[in-house]
Amino acid sequence: MVTKAILALADGTVYEGEAFGALGQTSGEVVFNTGMTGYQEVLTDPSYAGQIVTLTYPLIGNYGVNADDIESRQIQVAGFVVHQLADVYSNWRASESLGDFLQRAGVLGISGVDTRALTRRLRHEGVMMGALSTEETASDLQDRLRAQTSAYESVDWVRRVTTPQPYTWGPDEADAKYRVSVLDCGVKYNILRELGRLGARTTVFPATATAADLLESDPDGVFLSPGPGDPDLLGYAVETVRGVVESGKPVMGICLGNQLLGKAFGGKTFKLPFGHRGANHPVKDLLSGRVVITSQNHGYAIDPHSLADSSVEVTQINLNDGTVEGLRHRELPVFSIQYHPEASPGPTDSRFFFEQFLRNIDAQRRW
Amino acid sequence: MVIGSGPIVIGQAAEFDYAGAQACRALREEGVSVVLVNSNPATIMTDVEMADRVYIEPLTVPFLRTIIERERPDGLVPTLGGQTGLNLATELARAGVLEEFEVKLLGTPLETIAKAEDREQFRALMREIGEPVPDSHIIDTDEALEDLSRREGLPWPLIVRPAYTLGGSGGGIAHTPGELNEIGRRGMRLSPTHQVMVERCLVGWKEIEYEVMRDANDTCITICNMENFDPMGVHTGDSIVVAPSQTLSDKEYQMLRTASLKIIRALGIEGGCNVQLALDPKSLNYFIIEVNPRVSRSSALASKATGYPIARVAAKIAIGLHLDEIENKVTGKTLACFEPALDYCVVKIPRWPFDKFTSADRRITTQMKATGEVMALDRSFESALMKAVRCLEIGTLSLRYKGANLWTDMQIETLLTTPTDERLFAIAEAFRRGLMIEEVAQLTHVDPWFLVKVRTLVRMEAALRAAGSNLSASLLHAAKHLGYPDRTIADLAGRTEREIRDWRKALGIVPCYKMVDTCAAEFEAVTPYFYSCYDREDEH
Repeated sequence: MVTKAILALADGTVYEGEAFGALGQTSGEVVFNTGMTGYQEVLTDPSYAGQIVTLTYPLIGNYGVNADDIESRQIQVAGFVVHQLADVYSNWRASESLGDFLQRAGVLGISGVDTRALTRRLRHEGVMMGALSTEETASDLQDRLRAQTSAYESVDWVRRVTTPQPYTWGPDEADAKYRVSVLDCGVKYNILRELGRLGARTTVFPATATAADLLESDPDGVFLSPGPGDPDLLGYAVETVRGVVESGKPVMGICLGNQLLGKAFGGKTFKLPFGHRGANHPVKDLLSGRVVITSQNHGYAIDPHSLADSSVEVTQINLNDGTVEGLRHRELPVFSIQYHPEASPGPTDSRFFFEQFLRNIDAQRRW
Repeated sequence: MVIGSGPIVIGQAAEFDYAGAQACRALREEGVSVVLVNSNPATIMTDVEMADRVYIEPLTVPFLRTIIERERPDGLVPTLGGQTGLNLATELARAGVLEEFEVKLLGTPLETIAKAEDREQFRALMREIGEPVPDSHIIDTDEALEDLSRREGLPWPLIVRPAYTLGGSGGGIAHTPGELNEIGRRGMRLSPTHQVMVERCLVGWKEIEYEVMRDANDTCITICNMENFDPMGVHTGDSIVVAPSQTLSDKEYQMLRTASLKIIRALGIEGGCNVQLALDPKSLNYFIIEVNPRVSRSSALASKATGYPIARVAAKIAIGLHLDEIENKVTGKTLACFEPALDYCVVKIPRWPFDKFTSADRRITTQMKATGEVMALDRSFESALMKAVRCLEIGTLSLRYKGANLWTDMQIETLLTTPTDERLFAIAEAFRRGLMIEEVAQLTHVDPWFLVKVRTLVRMEAALRAAGSNLSASLLHAAKHLGYPDRTIADLAGRTEREIRDWRKALGIVPCYKMVDTCAAEFEAVTPYFYSCYDREDEH
């Protein structure tokens, strides 16, 4: 039995389709991702908290969902919009269908939407709030959107996705070559997997942890995770980052971690009109001139002018729009990247940054 | 100087004219004057306005030498004229002509080409960089055969191919040491050189291709990946191919993408390259099958499938430009240094000449037989497949194939297990007769994801027939979504095409047109490349 679902945008546009996953209603900032594979990783990436995500690739669910490709403990998106949901899935690793995966998690999906039309609208008008429902009429949805007081930007999503308690990941204390403290603003498991693969045992701290908390066990380095939402709401985390950097320990940041590092040194962030979400963004390293294809998922960026006289400098830029893609401290072993070297989903071409972070630790140990 | 690909032969047809013409334009845009040589005058690239000088002469070393002597070109681009252009460039270098007239070979160096094309050199390089290639044993004595069959840890089943027999006849697949001895001995008897090659049998593995590019600054990108509907065992030129891959998770997609980029880097290619891989459908194991270090038939397909002008960019890379210095003409704003994102499904079906060569062997194997191909774009696999079938012009507008209803069940089983040009239609007929997905998958090794789509199309036939004069608007809509043409709908429902068309239009079920913009609508694009679909928003 087909259940109808409706997606309404704040600008009045309405898309009708068929429900899959859970029934009910939800709302969130509507964003698009242009990656052609990796829906399971996208759904479970904490940086999508509070967002209704549409994929531009039209055939979704083909390879099902498996036990390995999860990026956090749960589905994080507020809702999921696709063009065609696969009627069957086929892949040896799959353990269930995409629809069942969403249903178990109580997350709404809608299929049969002209996702290209939706993407074009978001590109023209910028990302905006939207509501998805299997119960309400289009006009109910519009009323609900108008009445909504907490827009995406006004919520501190980091507090909602961060771990409530510290936990550890990777090799045992005895086998670990490195010990790294992670500030969890919405960390993806693949970051912990990559660091673990290189011999680093990570201790993951809640985003509200202080610099003293992160440094208490005298770790070899500190990692600043990606995460959702507007960095302007994260004064507490900026404070922590400043404290961590001043300790002189090697630091690496990804995505939101890049923005927090920028802000810790006086930088300002701004909202991109429709963000960077996909697996094909070219980034130029200003030192080598080399370009790498990167996996991206961010709605905010650092204004490079705001860093003009700061102790951090821009190391990488996006070739499409010239936005900041990487920073480093002029003196300390501290650097950050706006995109996702941990991939998952997306190209793994810039994985070497994890090695660079651990080399920075090695270098400091020699002193 | 650009060398064309000469006469049209199987595997090297009009796509090389398309690539060559694009390259000539790209070079002239950069202020380079182009001398074009091709023996085939029935091409666009030999039109007078395509190059500064056009020679229609035999593609042989003596003729090329004369032209080089007369024109004294500064450089030669060898990778745009298919295998012909590449071979000639190699011969010109060997004959000392390039050195004599100080002609610089542009783009991919010759050593690279040798490394990619010489079996042994290629395998050695793959081992060096840790990329898996299937082990291969050349056996020419009974003793060696017995030794091999006793060896521990052989990756059974093994494929045995006698050397230099027509179409590899006399070979076979060995599942046990006994079978290996038997087939191996028979193969050696049949081979004029008394040799057989024994390799791991990858029949049934997924066949995946990546089109990748690299510039002199070592920046590497993927243009497109493609998945063959027909698994390993059928030449990719004879396979139904979809882009992008459909049944690969991100982990598998990235694993094979990373391998392809590692290979193009290790080879040091400057330009485009095609990498073919076999992926185990039941594990993350894969093998590198083949690498084409040039603009190939597949890159022409990838180019049209994505809108990314591979030959144009390859030509610019050949004269030293970097990917981030070349504009993406489709958007006019972004650069050629990115990876196209598709928001549609591409289906290519080969066109075989068996309607003209009626006595030819219709079996398709590892030697390409198709003389052409059609490509269709749509928002779903089903509708793209239906469009492509129509384009074949083989007398059917859908998966209903003339004479298929007369096939016996035995014949169908043979058609499913032994690939021919009719296999797609045999799969459809098998579903009409109630075969299960698992049964067809077992016989064909085609991934169930594709098979379910074919069955969906077949079920629509039955639904339309059952509806008859009670055909509802929603069923009509569903049929159009799947790519059913009005005439077939009319035929199945017992109506006239005119009736269906008029009614459909009255219901407002009309196609819209969407742009092939290389970026899935992320950026505004300016291109005249559109496809039709029964989706909502028209962009035309």
